[in-house]
Amino acid sequence: MSLLEIRDLNVRFATTDGEVSAVNGINLDLERGATLGIVGESGSGKSQLSFALMGLLARNGRATGSVRFDGTEILNAPPAVLNKIRARRIAMVFQDPMTSLNPYMRVSDQMAEVLMLHKGMGKAQAVAESATMLDAVKIPDAKGRIRLYPHEFSGGMRQRVMIAMALLCRPDLLIADEPTTALDVTVQAQIMELLADLQRDFGMAMVLITHDLGVIAGSAERVMVMYGGRVMERASVDPLFADPAHPYTQGLLAAIPRVDQKGDKLSAIPGSPPNMTHPPAGCPFAPRCAYPLAICQQVMPPLQGFAPGRERACHVEIEVVRAGHAPLPDLPEPAAADLDEAQQLSDLIPEESAHDR
Amino acid sequence: MTAKPLLTARDLRVTFDLPAPGGMPWTKPRQLHAVGGVDFTLMPGETLGVVGESGSGKSTLARALIGLVPATGQAVWQDGTDLIGLSPGKMLKYRSEIQMVFQDPLASLNPRMTVGQIIAEPLTTHHKGLSRTEVKTRVKDMMDRVGLLPNQINRYPHEFSGGQCQRIGIARALIVEPKLVICDEPVSALDVSIQAQVINLLAELQRDLGLALIFIAHDLSVVKHISNRVLVMYLGRVMELAEAESLYANPCHPYTQALLSAVPIPDPQLERKKRIIPLKGELPSPMNPPSGCVFRTRCPRAQAICASERPALRGRAHLTACHFPGPLPPEELTSFAQSA
Repeated sequence: MSLLEIRDLNVRFATTDGEVSAVNGINLDLERGATLGIVGESGSGKSQLSFALMGLLARNGRATGSVRFDGTEILNAPPAVLNKIRARRIAMVFQDPMTSLNPYMRVSDQMAEVLMLHKGMGKAQAVAESATMLDAVKIPDAKGRIRLYPHEFSGGMRQRVMIAMALLCRPDLLIADEPTTALDVTVQAQIMELLADLQRDFGMAMVLITHDLGVIAGSAERVMVMYGGRVMERASVDPLFADPAHPYTQGLLAAIPRVDQKGDKLSAIPGSPPNMTHPPAGCPFAPRCAYPLAICQQVMPPLQGFAPGRERACHVEIEVVRAGHAPLPDLPEPAAADLDEAQQLSDLIPEESAHDR
Repeated sequence: MTAKPLLTARDLRVTFDLPAPGGMPWTKPRQLHAVGGVDFTLMPGETLGVVGESGSGKSTLARALIGLVPATGQAVWQDGTDLIGLSPGKMLKYRSEIQMVFQDPLASLNPRMTVGQIIAEPLTTHHKGLSRTEVKTRVKDMMDRVGLLPNQINRYPHEFSGGQCQRIGIARALIVEPKLVICDEPVSALDVSIQAQVINLLAELQRDLGLALIFIAHDLSVVKHISNRVLVMYLGRVMELAEAESLYANPCHPYTQALLSAVPIPDPQLERKKRIIPLKGELPSPMNPPSGCVFRTRCPRAQAICASERPALRGRAHLTACHFPGPLPPEELTSFAQSA
């Protein structure tokens, strides 16, 4: 039995503009100790997926389907059931550590509260245990600094406090929603390394939600690429980056400038993400896809396995996608050198035929 | 490229006065040195990337150049005028030559103005004689140029996506035909797929219009992609300034090396092999910066001289402000990794 089993999860929001389908028919299995990366842009449904399984949806949100955690159904479970699981067995780290911590409470009080509530510890013991955990996330002088307020910590240190707080009850699953997005790169590197160490030490499973493919490449084992509330592609991290099988994954990888490579023009994905109030009938990525077929507009392709451990949701033949590893819609501009050469050539060409170029 | 620089900054400084905690009206205010003596030149049509972590003073530097924050030192424009301390009346002329694109695309647009009004405003401010039809034609041309539909001219900012709002911000900056556009984190609020669109647009416009860009970003990959030269800042000072290729291939300052080593690479195999140079400790307070080299408290190469003497920005094409510049030797790397 997997630690987490999600079957046909849908999340809809009732808004004044109509129903918004944020998450559509997600199936997922996560084993103990495994790391799953979820990549997607804003509006892809990656955060709502995690909110739904933690029972944290906004009031107008409705989740359907099934989420079983260690055999227990937790989707839409009453608070009494959820409160035995949240923080104790599934913990969450959010993007912005300043808005997720209570600015009026000392870190010691906020952390101790978790242990007093879930483990029934006394205050003194809870504070001592919290200090040990702050030490584990490498906050220097943990015993002294636990008495401080959140604003007295730097951004990176606050995120360490958040992580320490999430780990207090030694959860089986940690959901990290953009844990390093608000941080500088040097701090991001420290936090990601810390998360990897802690995951190994505590034997936790982790769901890492991010828009940053670089972070995913360094930290995840399996990756799920989401777009328009649906899973576009799912694979282990190596094949996904080396051989993206979905036009969207391929487009994303081509669109990021890389510090280790010299690039000319970036291959941008044309258009913008779909409006989920009126989702397209077929594949949500079809309007921006480099290889659109007629069927893509009408029928959503199912997520199907095409190689061991690899799945994709696409009507386009895999060979066609593979053939175009440099996406086509935005033809690369001639490099500056070529341009000069073209200019020199055109200087040689008589005026009348110049319009041919 | 002409030999005459478009902009020359010499010893540019920005200092903010902060009231002392619990201070009386007569107590001396504390000083925060946001930018502490920055020198650079910018050629016409060139892109200068400015990178640094939060608190490095890169945005303040940009604001100082267009007179949004008071600064000292010199910022000499092509025609020989020093822009620092210029009266608002005299600055007006240069405001149309230097324009700015901001980070948050929606927040930098007035929600009560239509797109047409927003883009036209700089034009009607700087060219008062233009007829209404002329203004409208120019606005529509500019909208077309940045990839907005000219028939959206009467829409409001909230009707646009983040990427489109940033296009509006770019159109507003370019309508007065500036020579220099300062972009402060123009793509950091955008999704990856949209980010590439905006970067391509900026690069294309720059090439077509011969603009110079000062491109400020914390994302080193984006800066590498768009810049000719890159300036690395730390705690308000320049650590390294070099051609983009030279800087990324052969960083000489230990801070640049640490920064580059921390950038995640979207390739799992390279990521596993990669060695991150950790920085010890935290960013010191800009209120009380370290003596000598500001980076010395976190530097693996720091010696006694680093505390007593501030290293000057030295070099011919590849400038480094370090007493011990050069590539990181492997044995130093290991010993530092243990000490951190």
